[in-house]
Amino acid sequence: MNGVHDMGGMHGFGPVQPEADEPVFHAPWEGKVYAMRRLVGAWRRWNIDAGRHSIERMPAAEYLRTSYYEKWLQSLEMLVVERGLITAAELASGRADPAAPKMTPPVRSADIPAIATARGSSERESSVPPRFAIGQKVRSRKINPVGHTRIPRYVRGRIGTVELDHKAHVFPDSNADFRGEAPQRLYTVRFAARELWGDAANPADAVLVDLWEEYLEPV
Amino acid sequence: MGDSHEHEHDHGHDHAHDHEGQDVPSATALRVKALESLLVEKGLVDPAALDALIDTYESKIGPRNGARVVARAWADPAYKQRLLKDASSAIAELGYSGAQGEHMVVVENTPSVHNLVVCTLCSCYPWPVLGLPPVWYKSYAYRSRAVIDPRGVLAELGLSLAEDVSVRVWDSTSEIRYLVLPLRPPNTDNLEEEALADLVSRDSMIGVALPAAPEGRAP
Repeated sequence: MNGVHDMGGMHGFGPVQPEADEPVFHAPWEGKVYAMRRLVGAWRRWNIDAGRHSIERMPAAEYLRTSYYEKWLQSLEMLVVERGLITAAELASGRADPAAPKMTPPVRSADIPAIATARGSSERESSVPPRFAIGQKVRSRKINPVGHTRIPRYVRGRIGTVELDHKAHVFPDSNADFRGEAPQRLYTVRFAARELWGDAANPADAVLVDLWEEYLEPV
Repeated sequence: MGDSHEHEHDHGHDHAHDHEGQDVPSATALRVKALESLLVEKGLVDPAALDALIDTYESKIGPRNGARVVARAWADPAYKQRLLKDASSAIAELGYSGAQGEHMVVVENTPSVHNLVVCTLCSCYPWPVLGLPPVWYKSYAYRSRAVIDPRGVLAELGLSLAEDVSVRVWDSTSEIRYLVLPLRPPNTDNLEEEALADLVSRDSMIGVALPAAPEGRAP
């Protein structure tokens, strides 16, 4: 979707402002939101792409107005209801439906060290040969998917060179809508800064973007 | 004015002040507490697991991990080769793995190439080696500007690059996570690995800073 989250190249957000000696969480509730989202995620009622899409589905003005962990909170409340872990009535009242059976958390505190270092993966086996080779020129397609997608607007229609081949990975556009993982080849494509931004850009500079095969066409 | 709002919210309002000057929890903190109570009551999360996960990211998983990877690469040429060829495995050799670090790629700075990492679409970041991202990395200013004006962003942050040094900006649009291998500072030949790690700041592994000089301290 051409949402406000797709920010690459926009103007108007001011300077980058680092904070000295920044804490990991700025308030206890931020840590709680982070941990709740991961541990509720362990029920596997949604996937990382659906999670990202739920944040992108926030109204644009709301997206811009809220902080990172406020977005996580809002999207977590949406997801637990949409994916049937709690009901809208329970969320509104803050009380569990007494008729609903009590469940057992899939992750206990003793599991946390293993969970923290567990290696999941978005790579999938595929026998489909790659359509593009490292060093080949490709054009990023001029498309405007209305759902979740990971092709930023600033590369669409632009020509670049395949830099890396990462084999097949879960395709976010499909996975976010629970239409299946539909793995396909993932590449890193190098775009000259001038191809993206025009002659004002430094001729020595480049932007490298990870793009799935379906986002690309031969030149 | 989105930036001032974002800045305000990103610092997290855990407490507001009532008329008597007493600290009262913010609306967001209360909303988080309500959701947590509901999730615990329904048996969807173990409260002790929430606390253990928060503690893990506050005190165990942070940029010191990445600094050890960089220091090992500076000290051990064979390790550096493995790191540049298969970063996920080489980083796992040091015991670092887990969510948002499943598919690592390490990009090497040289006298003629400077690498910079961003996620324009959300805030993807290599958690196992850098911990959770700072607010500025997640800010709209950084996400929007890093791809179109990387030299401007770097100069604002105190890093001015020569015109003939190529800037390569890596936009993390997939599950591949990028870590910058900074140039080893001069006059560090006599330093042991732990002392080298002290020179490697978080920001130097994102690409917005250089490692500290030997007599200095990593910010």
